[in-house]
Amino acid sequence: MPTIVVEVMPKAELLDPQGKAVAGALGRLGKSRYTSVRLGKRFEITVDGHVDDAVLAEVTELADTVLSNSVIEDVVGIHVLEAPAGETH
Amino acid sequence: MRVGVVTFPGSLDDRDAQRAIRLAGAEPVALWHGEHDLHGVDALVLPGGFSYGDYLRCGAIASLSPIMAEVIDAANKGMPVLGICNGFQMLAEAHLLEGGLIRNDHGLFICRDQKLRVENNSTDWTGDFEAGQEITIPLKNGEGGFIASAETLERLEGEGRVVVRYLDVNPNGSLNDIAGVTNARGNVVGLMPHPEHAVEPGFGPDTSDAMRSGVDGLSFFTSAITRMLTPA
Repeated sequence: MPTIVVEVMPKAELLDPQGKAVAGALGRLGKSRYTSVRLGKRFEITVDGHVDDAVLAEVTELADTVLSNSVIEDVVGIHVLEAPAGETH
Repeated sequence: MRVGVVTFPGSLDDRDAQRAIRLAGAEPVALWHGEHDLHGVDALVLPGGFSYGDYLRCGAIASLSPIMAEVIDAANKGMPVLGICNGFQMLAEAHLLEGGLIRNDHGLFICRDQKLRVENNSTDWTGDFEAGQEITIPLKNGEGGFIASAETLERLEGEGRVVVRYLDVNPNGSLNDIAGVTNARGNVVGLMPHPEHAVEPGFGPDTSDAMRSGVDGLSFFTSAITRMLTPA
């Protein structure tokens, strides 16, 4: 079954306390070349049937209204995975 | 006077909210997230807690609950609706209130008695306060940082829609020290601190008079009752 991947990130201009905490941990490990970390979300949505324009349009709508909150986040990517990891054909 | 309190999976402070409503002089009505029925209540409280484990975003999944259709409809018709902590997050996710709540800037959960200033005492939930009154009620959350775009922030400030503001310390990085906001009509109010935990002597924040004697939160609930008893 095809899988649609939706990626969501905190808005660039807004504080990302989780990313900051991870960046702090890297710094404490001595990894000083990594100056910042931003942390977002990846959704993998499995579709019963094939992915057509209507399905993609619906997922785009859901990405904007449910999977993300446009006040604090941006949808940065939507793409189709035909063979998700761990699934054999 | 009947005030509904909606219980969601993971609500924690629904019983405290019911108790506060009773102490304020109204009848609390327990409502269930999975129903499409407000049981004829006159006002609504969305209580604090960790609905759906804060998964996806705080309040996001709860804001899609069956009963939220009726809550949103009632709010748009002018029913007084108060969202406390997780309830505030639900109101923001449901777009009944502007802005959003993100993880505290210091990354820590915080629990403290928090001083606030009542900036707007003309909402349905703050009419029993004096303008500018300073109060202390508990604050306890991990994701209470209020944010909004610069334009939204300017509009909220310009229209007097900041209801309560943090005093002395900003506990979570909220922009403009905002602890709570209202909609344009003033019937929907959301705030991160917990008025329902400061309603009964012996169980509230410490005051200069006595330990745990603070009952500053009670006026939120009496305000709604006063408003409902006042002919429009």
